Amino acid sequence: MKWGYLRIGMILSVLLLLTGCAGDFRYNWQWEILACTSEDIEAGCIGPYLIWILEGLGWTIAVASAAWVIAFSLGSVIGILRTLTEPILWVVPGIKSPIYFRFGPIGTTKGQILIDLGWFLHGFANLYVTIFRNVPLLVQLFLWYFVFPEIISDEAGMWLKRGMPLPEFWTAVVCMGLYTASRVAEQVRAGIDSISKGQSYAAMAVGLTPVQVYRYVLLPVAFRIIIPPLTSDFLGVFKNSSLALTIGVLELTAMTRQIEEYSYAGFEAFTAATVLYILVTAIVMWGMGIVERRARIPGMISLEAK
Amino acid sequence: MESGFDYHIVFHSIPFLAKGMWLTLVLTFLGICGGLVFGTLLALCRLGKYRVLAFVAATYVNFFRSMPLILVIFWFYFLIPLVVGAEVGAFQSVLIAFIMFEAAYYCEIMRAGIQSVKLGQVHAGEALGLTYKQNMQFVVLPQAFRNMIPILISQAIVLFQDTALVYVVGLSDFLYSAEIIANSENRLMEMYITVAIVYFAICLYAQIKVRNLQKRFSHE
Repeated sequence: MKWGYLRIGMILSVLLLLTGCAGDFRYNWQWEILACTSEDIEAGCIGPYLIWILEGLGWTIAVASAAWVIAFSLGSVIGILRTLTEPILWVVPGIKSPIYFRFGPIGTTKGQILIDLGWFLHGFANLYVTIFRNVPLLVQLFLWYFVFPEIISDEAGMWLKRGMPLPEFWTAVVCMGLYTASRVAEQVRAGIDSISKGQSYAAMAVGLTPVQVYRYVLLPVAFRIIIPPLTSDFLGVFKNSSLALTIGVLELTAMTRQIEEYSYAGFEAFTAATVLYILVTAIVMWGMGIVERRARIPGMISLEAK
Repeated sequence: MESGFDYHIVFHSIPFLAKGMWLTLVLTFLGICGGLVFGTLLALCRLGKYRVLAFVAATYVNFFRSMPLILVIFWFYFLIPLVVGAEVGAFQSVLIAFIMFEAAYYCEIMRAGIQSVKLGQVHAGEALGLTYKQNMQFVVLPQAFRNMIPILISQAIVLFQDTALVYVVGLSDFLYSAEIIANSENRLMEMYITVAIVYFAICLYAQIKVRNLQKRFSHE
């Protein structure tokens, strides 16, 4: 996106104000309510709303960043596992099989039992992505927050609900992280698949081990290719963190809702939150644009086209 | 909470849950239709020759794409009654929020779809003497829709999952209906697991359909 986000935000704010002043939509804008401090209670405000909003922004960024750490690391591993096509054979030690058989990932050669670990890893990664992508995030959040402490042992459940510091925050982080990991995994897989097979064949022909093929040939290119979709995944978790308000994390959207309830100055708070969301999005896009340009491989068309 | 998984409460609440699911499906269907129509118009604006319209459409899309859906729902939940000047139901305001929000995403899909139609097709249409409207209606858009069907359905699945967010304004969709029963009967575990399984089954079915479609498309 080449549009200056800042400029767009400013134009929209002006438009919003104009529609507020003219036309059917009459609303009495009271921006001073947002700006009041805790000393101005007699002026009709209950709390230092601006500080609430900034605190909310802080929580939003905290949830999004912590979740992104989980999402990026786990998602990369799962995405790599999904690209494994070669069997990884493990010889069961000590046991000899008298008969020849082959059943799914388990089979025999020369009396030895072999198990294809790759089949299990690949299957696990596929199952993970299927499950986490097909259940709405809000339902997942409720499962983690309300159901998960019930189905594990009593002490662990109590610790999750009471003993742990900031239970809502960490539940939201883990939930968003695991959900976003499934999206990151899809991007990583697509990135690796988009590299022509010749690259990995060439790497193997040079004598690299499979791990080295990934480490030195496939991943450095794949991660460069998927910088734009990964950026939008990060912005996705940044926006999705607003769902954490349903379990009581006071992030940006929750704070605006609270200000609306306290002061009836809902639109001022919503506008402030909207501007902040756009601002953070703009900054992230700008930063990642720089990263993408720095990381560009000279002569790669797929990078320049995007 | 009592231990053990109580199946009876799930079976007893099926009629109530079905009502919630109906609302979810209606919301999804209307959201897709409205979002698709509005999104296509936005895409035409973005690709058209009028710079001002293109700028407005692009601003609209970038604006909605950088906002969380919950905030959009809140905006419209409080804004619509003010604009209309009368109380409107939660359903109407949420539906408008969904249409406005999804249009931004459908616009990007349709833009890619329109751009995937070969330029020769457009020129051929023009050579036949079709007007812009006729060219779009009979030549470009049918092909654009066809090319984008798998992505459009994927986005529909996303919208179906997103409708669970109407929870925040207390509209009794599938999730909220389950929540009502869960709280009144104190059976959170059963209800939430049921909800998750139903959503999972529907989305998985749709996703398998999309994958088959994609396979068929890549063969052609």
